[in-house]
Amino acid sequence: MFGFSRSQQIAFLMMLALIIVCPFVLYPVFLMRVLCVALFACAFNLMIGYVGLLSFGHAAFFGMGSYVAAWTMKFWHVDAVIAILLGGATGAVLGLCLGYLAIRRSGIYFAMITLALAQMVYFFCLEASFTGGEDGIQQVPRGYLLGFISLENDMTMYWLVAAVFLAGFLLIHRIIHSPFGQVLKAIRENEPRATSLGYRTDDYKLIAFVLSCMLAGVAGGTKALVFGIATLTDVHYSTSGEVVLTTLLGGLGTVFGPVMGAVLVTTMENYLAQFGQWVTVTQGVVFVICVLAFRRGVIGELGGALRLAL
Amino acid sequence: MTISRRALLGTATAAAAMPLVRPRAQGAPTIKIGVLNDMSGPYLNTGGPTSVICCKQALEDFGVSGKGLNIEVINADHQNKPDLAVSIARQWFDRDGVDMILDVPTSSVALAVQGVAREKNKIFLASGPATTALTGEQCSPNFVHWTYDTYMLAKSTGGAMVKAGGDTWYFLTADYAFGKQLQADTTAFVQHSGGKVLGASAYPFPGTTDFSSFLVQAQSSRAKVLGLANAGADTVNSIKQAREFGVNQSMKLAALLMFVTDVHALGLDVSQGLNLTESFYWDLNDRTRAFTNRVKPKTPNNWPNMIHAGCYSATLHYLKTIAEMGVAEAKKDGAATVARMKKMPVEDDCFGKTTIREDGRNLTTAYLFEVKQPSESKGAWDYFKLMATTPGDQAYRPLAEGHCPFVKAA
Amino acid sequence: MIMIFGIPGPLLFGQLLLGLINGAFYAMLSLGLAVIFGMLNIINFAHGALFMMGAFASWMLLQYAGIGYFPSLILAPLIIGAFGVVLEKTIISRLYKLDHLYGLLLTFGLALVIQGLFRNYYGSSGLPYRIPDILQGATDLGFMFLPNYRGWVVVAAAVVCLATWAIIEKTPLGATLRAATENAPLVQAFGVNVPRLITLTYGGGVALAAFAGVLAAPIYSVNPNMGDNFINTVFAVVVIGGMGSILGSIVSGFGLGVIEGLTKVFYPQASATVVFLVMVIVLLTLPHGLFGRRA
Repeated sequence: MFGFSRSQQIAFLMMLALIIVCPFVLYPVFLMRVLCVALFACAFNLMIGYVGLLSFGHAAFFGMGSYVAAWTMKFWHVDAVIAILLGGATGAVLGLCLGYLAIRRSGIYFAMITLALAQMVYFFCLEASFTGGEDGIQQVPRGYLLGFISLENDMTMYWLVAAVFLAGFLLIHRIIHSPFGQVLKAIRENEPRATSLGYRTDDYKLIAFVLSCMLAGVAGGTKALVFGIATLTDVHYSTSGEVVLTTLLGGLGTVFGPVMGAVLVTTMENYLAQFGQWVTVTQGVVFVICVLAFRRGVIGELGGALRLAL
Repeated sequence: MTISRRALLGTATAAAAMPLVRPRAQGAPTIKIGVLNDMSGPYLNTGGPTSVICCKQALEDFGVSGKGLNIEVINADHQNKPDLAVSIARQWFDRDGVDMILDVPTSSVALAVQGVAREKNKIFLASGPATTALTGEQCSPNFVHWTYDTYMLAKSTGGAMVKAGGDTWYFLTADYAFGKQLQADTTAFVQHSGGKVLGASAYPFPGTTDFSSFLVQAQSSRAKVLGLANAGADTVNSIKQAREFGVNQSMKLAALLMFVTDVHALGLDVSQGLNLTESFYWDLNDRTRAFTNRVKPKTPNNWPNMIHAGCYSATLHYLKTIAEMGVAEAKKDGAATVARMKKMPVEDDCFGKTTIREDGRNLTTAYLFEVKQPSESKGAWDYFKLMATTPGDQAYRPLAEGHCPFVKAA
Repeated sequence: MIMIFGIPGPLLFGQLLLGLINGAFYAMLSLGLAVIFGMLNIINFAHGALFMMGAFASWMLLQYAGIGYFPSLILAPLIIGAFGVVLEKTIISRLYKLDHLYGLLLTFGLALVIQGLFRNYYGSSGLPYRIPDILQGATDLGFMFLPNYRGWVVVAAAVVCLATWAIIEKTPLGATLRAATENAPLVQAFGVNVPRLITLTYGGGVALAAFAGVLAAPIYSVNPNMGDNFINTVFAVVVIGGMGSILGSIVSGFGLGVIEGLTKVFYPQASATVVFLVMVIVLLTLPHGLFGRRA
């Protein structure tokens, strides 16, 4: 099913169980945030884990998806699902434009060029009137699902967010365990060989990039509806850095790594908000420790210890 | 075997997240105040921990324990991010039983928190932010804008400088909503007083540290006044560099938003001669001195500015209102509590007597200060001399011009 | 008055000169980065934080030891350089065998830690640091007043940049360094202590950043975020110049300063972003930057 191995199936079922049970025990808004970050991290992980390209500007797609969803919901009162899908579409289109420019390079140059392009998107968002500049787009209503189910209630909204997350997660997995995904793997392992076999590697990489950006846009759009706000923080390079941290901590290139990373990072931020001054320092320390001792991330290490691919 | 390890992972995750579940407090109802501001960024000294200290001072001065009230003060860092603030505010109101949020500098963040407070029918008393939108089209019955705003700054600093002969202006503006608003408000006053705006330079915010080229452009405009429509580190940098380029020899510098804490950071030899407006200064009168002496020992390196004083004053008035209304009543309905606050006269050591207007605007007095020369300063933090005073009822935008939706037409 | 594109001539020349001064800072900072990347293959994201530490070191020397500006110009880089050496020996040396993306992430984390710690202890408002008396005042150049201190900055930066370039390209020590980057085991076989060389190189790059920090202290407020504001631009400079090239970073540093200065005259809101636009254009046409040689 979806190409999960047996251990992954079990892990998936556990994750599903937690998703169903947790909102009754924990604060739903917190969980929704975790799910949005997790989806964003999964989208990012698609690029670094399966294509081997580190995108240091993924916030651009997340943020633009967030803005478009917020704007269409606030001013056009579209259905919630439509708003989220529009966010995803924005991510995809932007991914196509920027990806077309960036995909010709690889490694550190790819990272730097995505950073530069994301900075330009940030500048655009800063100056454009529709984004509301520093205020952002505020007081965004949650709207209605399918026209009649009101999403103002936190629990109702939670189920929608959970559904979106699971759909995205499974979509990514389906992509990876498909012939297309196999080609991506080949490109990551040995690009010249793949080219010699006749694959147009740049096209494959670009398609993967667009898919990754689309899902980042979906994550952004969902986040905007949950919190009713879309701001410049969503397109800022620190958000790009955060998703890298999240995925690194969870485990680059693993299936459940990004999800675990999202849980850890969001919990950490939540818990540390009271200690305000120490959040940045702690994030930095986590980064350093992860790179030095913990490169495979939580899930990676766990998988290594249990000799499983998670 | 494998399944049990997986189960362990799952349980561990759930357990790790457990601390978020807070059981409802049993026993006597507690009023919880949440101070939400910038604890790690450019507004750390302008607000930050000193705001929390002043809030707690209000508890002490009110004699909370003697009156049998249970009050708790918590705080968090919003890092100047509206979405983080919304997240924290929601959690505070929904899960942690917070009744009133205090401070919240950075106008965009304040607007976002205002929406949440209104949605949950709790209270938001803002001391930190500047934008007049908070009492304008976005006004809320759950909200009081306590200490100052862009209109008051523009009228006091702008208006006074024009009167003193500064009839041509050039603006150095932080290119975001707050800077642009400040520039717009000040321009209105300059033009109203018969002056002219010769030009403006909008620079990218945040991130600009070098203003040299904008300052050179300002100089070549030959305006008499350089209006600094920015705040925090930007203001400090632009002033430093203005001195370096000799701008202050041909132009007067008007720091449209500046606090005594910024002057402390700059040092007198750089900031002397600057004009700025605050609604509180520690050395203004006996009462302000008394307040500062009470607070000083707890924050010796960062004496209170108007934002800190505003936190004190707002908390004190809130406590007086709760004592009158009764804790249970006050907790139930935020809008009703704010309505009561507006009815009761406000008085304290920091601002003296003020009134809270219908749209949520607290009418504090605007004091125009000039920064002393180093030779004129006789002691620690002795930085200002008073140049002009605008009473509260004249300092702020008239009620009718605000278009606040729930204010009944006169 | 001559008008060029609607801007008065004197104003334009003034801005060009100011752009050149900013370029001096960019050049100095990117020089340290280029040295570290060129020799060590580490993308040192912590460079901004180390620059900030240099500024703080000079402030602390003044505050606690009464040591003035000119001695600080030598002392601060030595102190921070030593700190860099410690960093390299303990943390950074572990990364050499890994993909250089890990170096980026680690130094990114280090930057967060350093800046966070300084912020916690010193706040964000910034600390005052006076321009030394001998460099106060301004010179009337006819088309603008040039503060003497800024003139000094250009001169000092140019001298240091040239000296560094000369050491690396023209001296035996530099030759050994370059050889060690190409083929470390072989150079080690010649009896050169390569790890020590690398450590000192990192320390040298850090010292350059700290030197720039001391130069910057009187102009910008000495605050923990001062590195942040530079680091993005400086990275763009390094990439444009070609990631391992010393000459490239010097040339593109000064060049980008001038371009930024011109943008400030014609379209100031874009001045922070024009650097990235240039970077994208350069990367698309010349994949390894202007002077890059690495494959």
